This record gives sequence, structure tokens and C-alpha cells, in this order.
Amino acid sequence: MNDSPDFTEYVTFTMAGQIFGLPIERVQEVFRPARITRVPLAGAQIAGVLNLRGRIVTAIDMRSRLDLQARDEGQAPMAIGIELGTESFGLLVDALGEVLKLLDGEREPNPVNLDRKLARVSAGVYRLDGQLLVVLDVNRVLDLGLETAAAA
Amino acid sequence: MDDLLREFLTETNESLERVDAELVRFEREPNNSQILGNIFRLVHTIKGTCGFLGLPRLEALAHAAETLMGKFRDGMSVTAEAVTLILSTIDRIKLILDEIENREAEPEGGDADLIDSLARASQQSDGGTKPVARPEAETPELHEAPEPAESQPPERPDDERGDRIANHSIRVNVTTLDYLMTTVSELVLTRNQLLEIVRRHEDSDFKVPLQRLSNVTAELQEGVMKTRMQPIGNAWQKLPRIVRDLCAELGKDIELKMHGAETELDRQVLELVKDPLTHLVRNCADHGIESPAERVAAGKPAKGTIRLAACHQGGHIIIEIADDGRGLDVARIRAKAIEQGLAGEAEITAKSDIEICNFIFAPGFSTAAQVTNISGRGVGMDVVRNNIEQIGGTVDLQSVAGAGTKFTIKIPLTLAIVSALIVEAGGERFAVPQLSVLELVRAGRAGEHRIERIKDTRVLRLRNKLLPLIHLRDVLRLGETDAEDGFVVVTQVGSQIFGIVVDGVFHTEEIVIKPMSSKLRHIAAFSGTTILGDGSVIMIVDPNGIAQMLGRAAQTARDGRPELDNREEASADDTVSLLVFRAGSHQPKAVPLSLVTRLEEIDCRKIEVSDGRHLVQYRDQLMPLLRIDTQSDLKRDGAQPILVFSDHGRSMGLVVDEIVDIVEDQLKIEVESERPGVLGYAVIKGNATEILDVGHFLPQAFSDWFRRRDASTDRLTRTVLLVDDSPFFRDMLAPLIKAAGYQVVAVGSAADALSALNSGKRFDLVITDIEMPDMDGFALGEKLRSMPSTAELPVIAISAMVSTAAIERGRAVGFDDFVAKFDRAGLIAAIKEQGADIEWAA
Repeated sequence: MNDSPDFTEYVTFTMAGQIFGLPIERVQEVFRPARITRVPLAGAQIAGVLNLRGRIVTAIDMRSRLDLQARDEGQAPMAIGIELGTESFGLLVDALGEVLKLLDGEREPNPVNLDRKLARVSAGVYRLDGQLLVVLDVNRVLDLGLETAAAA
Repeated sequence: MDDLLREFLTETNESLERVDAELVRFEREPNNSQILGNIFRLVHTIKGTCGFLGLPRLEALAHAAETLMGKFRDGMSVTAEAVTLILSTIDRIKLILDEIENREAEPEGGDADLIDSLARASQQSDGGTKPVARPEAETPELHEAPEPAESQPPERPDDERGDRIANHSIRVNVTTLDYLMTTVSELVLTRNQLLEIVRRHEDSDFKVPLQRLSNVTAELQEGVMKTRMQPIGNAWQKLPRIVRDLCAELGKDIELKMHGAETELDRQVLELVKDPLTHLVRNCADHGIESPAERVAAGKPAKGTIRLAACHQGGHIIIEIADDGRGLDVARIRAKAIEQGLAGEAEITAKSDIEICNFIFAPGFSTAAQVTNISGRGVGMDVVRNNIEQIGGTVDLQSVAGAGTKFTIKIPLTLAIVSALIVEAGGERFAVPQLSVLELVRAGRAGEHRIERIKDTRVLRLRNKLLPLIHLRDVLRLGETDAEDGFVVVTQVGSQIFGIVVDGVFHTEEIVIKPMSSKLRHIAAFSGTTILGDGSVIMIVDPNGIAQMLGRAAQTARDGRPELDNREEASADDTVSLLVFRAGSHQPKAVPLSLVTRLEEIDCRKIEVSDGRHLVQYRDQLMPLLRIDTQSDLKRDGAQPILVFSDHGRSMGLVVDEIVDIVEDQLKIEVESERPGVLGYAVIKGNATEILDVGHFLPQAFSDWFRRRDASTDRLTRTVLLVDDSPFFRDMLAPLIKAAGYQVVAVGSAADALSALNSGKRFDLVITDIEMPDMDGFALGEKLRSMPSTAELPVIAISAMVSTAAIERGRAVGFDDFVAKFDRAGLIAAIKEQGADIEWAA
């Protein structure tokens, strides 16, 4: 989107065998999360908070966010750092893939049979050889609906 | 010096300094419009401000210079002489400014010379001439300025100027300060981390330099914090005017005294306390201070005083707002609290006056009889408290009837860095801000302090008070709390004191508060996050949130029991708080809670036997212990629950097996009992329950407990008419009188009382409130005395306010006795006394 309007670069990652992509300009950095402090009463989607070079990062458990099975014990996640406003978030994913440069024209709308929960945060899909890459909309991924649920 | 003037000087000197640098260039490039523009702006600003500040000399000079420069801006070419003229003008302005700074007034003299030259130069432009080097312009005439000679200003030594205000204060953007604060916070964090690392390595080379770094960091932190400090007086500036306006509006005479206005605090905190302070002062003026007439009648000076004082205390600032007005009306607050369902009877009878006063902080609470412009709309005090608590502060309240009310606000100096207690619960660490921590108590099965349970609630007995406890592990759902061991962090939020039970306590640490993630803000238990010395992130526990949860937990515990239906419904009827317990038999027994002074558990080993009587040392007295069922034995070890009844400084303990519950129910004795000590049976929450006759036990403890003991058998046949417009007092007093062995008919007005008396039903005694709408107690008393059928009927007056004048008047009316409303024992004694007199009626 930056230099060439026809291409977008995606940071890809996998979770439960599925490939996902995030537009690279929304990704601040990727890191291996260490010492995540869980936050009581926060709900399963919040994996906790951690200290990343003096910044407090709220870690989102993407498996839980997308209603996928919980990660196996001992399987260390990777984190994708995202900034939203003045806040930092870390999306916890299974493993990082390569950065893909994909033609915007090849992006297809969500298939009708895409999982409802996934469809809500997806900005479209790419057909890679034999695999489907789901492009995630960062803002929607981070809209946990907690602000409105505050009263509950 | 006037703030406005100081500001003007600072600002003008800054601009002058900037222009000074450009003046040299101006000489070389007289037609540079940018430089011209800068000088023009300066002169223009001076002109504008001077008129406002009343500096005519400076104003006139600036005006003349502005006119000339306006011409230049309009295209007139700049001549050398004009440049000199402008430079001279700038010099003259500096001269005058210096003088103003020293003497706070313009120097004597005029600037006609310069103004004339300036005007001439301006006019020349109209003639279109292009003069070069005019004689008078060459030698700027400064002679007219009397004191400082023309040559002096430029020669003024710099060190002299160093003392000037202008050079002492600079204007810094708030964002810069905030950024500095954040950076220092980071530094503090890093320092903490380093200290943590060194702590682990005993003999590290870093130890000494790190100690220095640590000290320097602390100094820097303090210094940066200081830059953000502002005197609290800034938040007070508007108050004298507000009070003055209120006085005019309310017809009061109030003096506002302010002390410690120079006390400094963080500007962020200052902003946040501004509104609460204003509100409290308004309240003092409106509610607190009486009208001059009232004050004079009460023997006070007609002029009321509101005292506002601030001082530093540790890391906090203490602000007091005190008035010498009428004080809070405890009785009215109590009645209002009941009426608005803020507390039940049982709860409120257990509360001290101060605790009752604190109801004014409850949402929607207002006792103002009429809603005034200023206050009484029931919005405010809760907001005041919320605002203050939000910044980690507390509000305390003291009130003395007739002498005044005092609010004490305690707030932290800064919000960015606070001292916190690092605790552990369920394997996780949390920070508890020190500000709300009163003390730390180690509780354990073996130790001095034990965690006890009353029903489902855990409590800690601390210096004769029962402290409600909340386990952090429970609130945060961090797993089962099995042990009764732990540390109790005694916490105060407003007037509410409770204990937060944690598994462990580490140390205190200066923590930097990081705002909570927006995704976590809905969790009331936390107020923020912080990074500890070891680099890990922990959550900061919000005592306010925990306090709310404590309330909610109690609520759900109540809601969970269906037999305890809601309170409003119950209190609408003639309900009483009853303490249900078991003693001896399995059948539940009950006694009106209002009669019980305290629930205690005593160590069985402390029970002594003397002369066949059981005694225990209790509050430095020997307290007799009585058993309801004399057959049963006292427990030999462990804790023995007892009900303590106190009267006139004497106490007796009634031994019970178990306290079952406190219920709100009607006290209707269905079946009277032949057994001594039992008034009868009533159905309480579906169970047949023995209603205890406390009167039976008291004389057993002290044979002279009642001065006159009536034969308990015929007491219930006597009927008392209770007249009180307040449902609360009817509810409170009726069971009390009932428990003393009388039938009670309670009515809400004097009119109802008269119709009840005329209904043919026989009454043996009338107890009437004095303060009632329509017909008051005095009028009722007079009426009763005037009617033949009631002329001899004993009448006891009760009043929230018992003054000598009222007693005199009562005597004149023909009251047989006059008792304060809250003097339960006095009322019972009066009834007994009058009861003996009405023996003829039995």
C-alpha cells in the first residue's frame, strides 16, 4: 500500500494449522514473550500483561480470541507487537511465517462458509497454493467488546 | 507583586530578549519585514497589556512606536534615523520595565521627547520625503527620564539583572514537564531494577556507584516533581468570591479564612481537587453556617467563619475545610438513611454518630429541608468523595452539634509515583497503594489475631472492633482460600475500614503508576499496572474497587438467602431486627437486636466461678455470665459466644451456644409463655422461636438492675401509646418497649394519637415525640391534660434534642418525664417509673 498500491506486505503466522496475515505496516515488531503476568478477572482473551523494554504490553491470546483450541502446554507462543493509540498490544500466536508480498487484486472476500468468529475479524482471504491465508483486520481483532461489557 | 504584573514582566522581558538579538540585524537590514514584524508584535503587546494594567507612560510610548512601525509595515521605507528612534524607544521601554520591576510602579517623568520624534517620523511618511540622518534623531533624548540616565541601561551590569524575576522564571510547556516526568519515572524503574539485581549479588562492585545513582535519581525525581508543583492557593482563588456571593444570596455573614495557600502540590492533583473543594466550601456556607439571627440566638458571633487550611504531611497534603456552624444533624441523617434504604435498623443502631454522618457521602443523599440553589439536590457529596478517592485520597468528617463541621481531605502530592505494598495472593503479586493502608496484621490460628467467621462472612477482631475481611484470592478468583492464615492489610476507604487478606507481604516499593490497558479498565479491582524492580509487571489493587466488591459480596450473600426478602418491604411493616440464636435447646431463640450491646466470644479458660456464679473479666470489669438453661454446663474450652447487655456502665453476658442469624421480622408474640425468662413464642422466618425476656435475666446479674421491678406477669397487659412521626423511631422504640413487657400501639401523628385515645381502647401510658408536624408534642400534652379522660394519663416526652428550656416547657405542659430519644435505658427506666405509678390501672 505504501510504495506500490498494487501490493501489500503481510506478516504471516500460523495457529492451529491455519495461516493468517497482518498488514506489515500495522506490525511494530515480533518478539518472544517472556514473563507474562496474568490478570485476574480479565477473561480468557487476555493472556496477561508483560514488560517490553519499559512498555507495558497487553497480551491477547489469539487462540482464545478466535475461539480456537487452547495451545498445548509447553508450546511457547510468539508475539506480534501492535500499537493502537498510545497502547501496546501483543498478539500471541503459535509460530511466525515469512513476510509475503501479495497482490491486492488477488484478495478475495470472506468465503461464506468461513467460521463466524473468524469472519468478524477477517478482512478477506488469499488462496496460496493449496492453503487459505486469512487477512486479519487489526482494529477488529483488538475490539474485544470489553469496554461496553464494563457494566457486566 | 501582583501575579498579573509579574506575568507581564516575565513575558515582556522574554520578548525583549528575542527582539534584542534582532535589533542588530534590524540596523543592517532595516527593510526586513520579519524583524520588523517581531518588534511590531512586541510593542503591540506591550501597548495592549499596559492599558489593562494601568501603566499610562508605557502605553503612550508603545502607541507612538507602534504607529511609526505600522507605517513601515505599510511600505514606508525605513530610514537610519527611524531605526535609531525605534532602538531608543526599545531602550526606554526596558528602562521603564526595570523600574516597574523594582518599585511595582512606573517611574516619574514623561517620554514627550521620544513620542514627538516618533510622531514626526510617522508624519514624514505622508510628505513622502526620504530624510537621511536628522540631528535630533542622532542623539536620542533620554534626559527627561529622571532617575536613570540615558547611558545607564545598556551599562547595567549583568549580575544585577541576574536577580530579576524575569531571569528567575521561565515558561515551560506543560507537555515538556509531563515528558520529563515520564522519563524520570522510567529512570526510577530502571534504578529499581538495578537495585534488585545488586540485592541478589551480595558483594558487587556496583553497590557503591549504584547507591549514588539511586540518591541522584531520587533527587532528580523530587526536582522534576517540584517543577510540576503549584500552590494550592491557585485552586482557592475563586472561593472568596463564591462565599461573598453566597452570603448575599443567603443573607448570611461569613468570613473565609485561608491558611497555607502556598502549600504546593502536583498540578494534576490540583486540577482534580478544585471542584470538590469548591463544593465543600459551598456546603459549609449553605448548610453549615446558620443565619446571623440563629447564630446570635445560639450565643455565637453573628459572623460565621469558614476556615480553609492546607499543609504537608509526609507524602500527602492535608486540606481542612471547617465551619463554626450548626454541625450535622445526626438524627436527621439517621432517619434519612433509613428512609432512603441506605441502612437497616440493626446496622444503624450499631453505628457511631460519625459513621452515621458519613451517610452524607452516599449517592443521592440530601437532608436539606428545602432544595436551594446552592445545595440540597442530593448531588455532590458522593461526587466529592468519588473525585477525591479517585486520586487516592480520603475525606474524613468531624461534626459537633452546634459547634461546626470539619472535613479533612488527605491526598497524595503526586499521582505518578506512589509508595506501595507488594503482596502475594494465589501465587501472584500485587501492589496495594500505601495511602489507603492503615496497618498490617498477621493473622493465624495460633497467634493473637484469629480470622473468625460469622455465618459466611470472615471477620477479624481488632482492638474490640470487628473488621470485615475480604480475601484477595477470593475477589480475584485465584482459587480456594483454605487456610485461616494470612496477612490482613487493614485498609481504609473513606470511612469504611476493612481487611484485605493476602497470602504474603513482601516489601514496600516506590512504584510508577502506568495507566491500565483499555482492555482491562472494566476490572474494578485494579487501578493500574506497574513494573517492579525485577522487571515483571504487576497489577495495582484499587482499594476503592475492592471496597465496592466487599459491599457487593455482602449483597449477594444476602440475596442468596431467599428467606431474607428485601428490606424495603420489611421495614414498611412493623418489623424489628431480631438476633436469632440457640442456647440450651434446639429451638431457636430470639431477642431484639437493639437490646444487645455486643456480640462477643470469650475464651472459656477465662471464665471464673465464684460463689456459684460465672464471671469473666471484661473491659476491666467483672461481668456476670448467665445461662438461659441453668441445667446446661458451660463449655470447658474453646470460645464461648455470649450476648452482652449493658446498662449504666454495667454489663452482663448471656451464654449462648451459637448465633444463628440476624433477621428482620415482625415481633408478634403468638403464644405467651409461663416459663420465666421467655416472653412467649413468635414465628420468625417460619420457625417457632422463643422470644427472650431480657428483663428476667438482668436482675439475676445485678439484683438492683431495675430500681423498681414490676411483677412481670401483668406487664404485658399494659398498653403504651407511642406517638412519633418518624417511622424509624416508631420501629426502633416499639420493640424496645415491647421487650420491656408492654403492649405497644404506635401512631404517626398527634391527631392519630387523639383518635386512638378516644377509640375506647385503654392506654396506660403515652410516649410522645416533641418535634412533629402540624401538632407537636407540647400541644398534644396540653390537649391531653385538658381532656378529663386523659388528664391523669402519664405522658413521657421524647426528643432528639433535650435542652433545659424544652424540659421546662415540658414540665409546664404537664409531662411526667422527658427523655432523649436515643437514651434507650433512660426511656425504659422512665416507663418503669411511670408504670409503678399506674398501678391503680392494673
